[in-house]
Amino acid sequence: MMGRNIFPGFSLFILFIFYFSHSVAQGIAGGAIHGNFELDAQYYRTDSSIGTPAVPEKMLSNGFANFIYEKDNFSAGLRYESYLDPMLGFDPRYKGSGITYRYLSYKNEEMEITVGNFYEQFGSGIIFRSYEERGLGLDNAMEGLRLKYNPYKGIYFKGVIGNQRDFFSKGEGIVRGGDAEINLNETFSCLASSKTKWIIGGSFVSKFQDDQDPVYILPKNVGAGSGRINMIHGNLNISAEYSIKANDPSSVNKYIYKTGDATIVNVIYSKKGFGASLGAKRIDNMSFRSDRSATLNSLMINYLPAMTRQHTNMLSAFYPYATQPNGEFGFQGEIFFNLKQGTKSGGSYGTDVTLNYSRASDIDHQPTGDDLGYTSDYLKFGKEIFFQDFNIEVNRKVSKKLRLILSYVYLDYNKDIIQGSRGIGHVYSNIAMAELNWKINSKNAIRTELQHLYTKQDQQSWALWLVEYTVAPHWFVAAFDEYNYGNEIKDSRLHYYNGSFGYTKNSNRVSLGFGRQRAGIFCVGGVCRNVPASNGFTLSVTSSF
Amino acid sequence: MKKIIALAFFIVLFHPVFSQEKEQKGRLFPSVDIKTLNGENFNTSKFSNDGKVIVIDFWATWCKPCIEELNTIHESYAEWKKETGVKIITVSVDDARTMSRVAPFVNGKGWDYESYLDPNGDFKRAMNVNMPPQTFVLNGKGEIVWQHTGFEQGNEEELFEAIKKVAANKPATESK
Repeated sequence: MMGRNIFPGFSLFILFIFYFSHSVAQGIAGGAIHGNFELDAQYYRTDSSIGTPAVPEKMLSNGFANFIYEKDNFSAGLRYESYLDPMLGFDPRYKGSGITYRYLSYKNEEMEITVGNFYEQFGSGIIFRSYEERGLGLDNAMEGLRLKYNPYKGIYFKGVIGNQRDFFSKGEGIVRGGDAEINLNETFSCLASSKTKWIIGGSFVSKFQDDQDPVYILPKNVGAGSGRINMIHGNLNISAEYSIKANDPSSVNKYIYKTGDATIVNVIYSKKGFGASLGAKRIDNMSFRSDRSATLNSLMINYLPAMTRQHTNMLSAFYPYATQPNGEFGFQGEIFFNLKQGTKSGGSYGTDVTLNYSRASDIDHQPTGDDLGYTSDYLKFGKEIFFQDFNIEVNRKVSKKLRLILSYVYLDYNKDIIQGSRGIGHVYSNIAMAELNWKINSKNAIRTELQHLYTKQDQQSWALWLVEYTVAPHWFVAAFDEYNYGNEIKDSRLHYYNGSFGYTKNSNRVSLGFGRQRAGIFCVGGVCRNVPASNGFTLSVTSSF
Repeated sequence: MKKIIALAFFIVLFHPVFSQEKEQKGRLFPSVDIKTLNGENFNTSKFSNDGKVIVIDFWATWCKPCIEELNTIHESYAEWKKETGVKIITVSVDDARTMSRVAPFVNGKGWDYESYLDPNGDFKRAMNVNMPPQTFVLNGKGEIVWQHTGFEQGNEEELFEAIKKVAANKPATESK
């Protein structure tokens, strides 16, 4: 398997460059090499009560290491990845090992040239974002060429061309695009002292994929364009991006020929001690992939962020939202404020409060009965509500040694739409959480969490407690139990207990765990993967060097 | 053929460079395009603190230990600045989904850190950060001389020890 993704010619080229830079480096100051490493492994035990799938390999692992070489304006790097075999919850197409990412790059004040693999984003990413979320097994790195050019103060150009990574191979579609941005106040000296700053940008991306469909005439080239503006005035920041995509029949949109569009608007106001943000977005038929038959998290060209809070506590992250690329209307409002220390409300050490509300619903659909699929009234909501979330968090330092975080979350989660389940419909849940951090002395600290999720739907109510004890600077030990005590089916009132401990020294960290993991959906940035239930030992090692 | 190439590649890659590393005190931090909290382009080569110590802290609004770390450090930040002249720069790896929360979040907390955004993880990748929080200490020449991953209560004192040593031009090794 090793190196199956390498072009011998390309490797020889890298080898030559390294050799060359090395021989030059002997005489003058040398370059530097640095990197990072991560390994996650799990030994799986059969546990029929929680329904673990059979794992004939017994042990599965995901690991990778990045190496970067830098010298002056030159840098090169590679990543070796190994999935033997991929851990449960990761796409089985990851099976194998090899070099999946390598690049050479040169940059000076004005220009940056990259050949090989790269990640890039235009604007907010709604028509182009190449990125990685290793924890989700998501990686749509480009392989090809990138040019970044900054010819004059405040003017930025980017151009990309390449294929996208698809596990251990590449998608057949070619993706090419360009982006331009101008910061008016930097470029025009007459605006330099203006109180209002303006940044304007635009991009165009197109993909090519041959059409070999015997029945349909499918567009081989699909283009998408986008424009954005950002206005900054004192404490106020308003940004908006609008994009449109040509007709792009795909398996995600069920092969309709309608054009797609997306709008994202954000208004932020913030000053010391107070912050507020308001966001709105509308997405209509915006799944954009370099292979029209790709599904799940494969070969995505763009990124459609969910406009909801990303919860971090276990029970509040129980029902995570993921963007619906075929159509979604979303809003979010959030307020942050700081109650000053020494006041009655703020206490002796100050208190932070966060209030957040978000809602996502369907867009209007009027079926046309032809191959366009439907039309949509831009400002009209669809009937279906996908998701609602109201939450409040109070973070208060009670005394020199104690910190208390209280939070409450109300969720309305349309499980049938978001997870594709059937007959469950909306899950309405109320979640209350308390976290107490107690710093015993300069080395020892204890953190406890109590969480409760109340719902009548789905698997009904859950409770969770967690205790973590740390001995600085190196050690931690933690245990939690997630208990589905309210399940209507008596046999399903299960405990998901888990214990772990770990050691950290500088940028190296090793942890060992043991216990059960419930089946669930794990998300980062609105992109999710399904993880089946498991029971066993886990080992995790990370290192930066 | 491929195996031979890969092997040769690693030999050339590691042998000379590692032997050179021993002679170096630290490596320069990379120059990468990131964004200010306002959304303006900014290159990391412009980080400066008049030749004094800089701390770069990677965090995210969705990362609980990161927030705990930054809250804890903030309690002593004024003192640290007075004693060593250190500047703390925070880089949020929040992406387009949560990026718009960063400015109100930082302000809502009342933090005094110099803050930036790294929405597509370019700086995070160039600095080889696995997961936030990850903290780097840079000496007056802009060389990375100390780093730490994760946060638990008490680590802030270890960080301050490192800052003091670097400020006094001593090698920053971890306290036992």
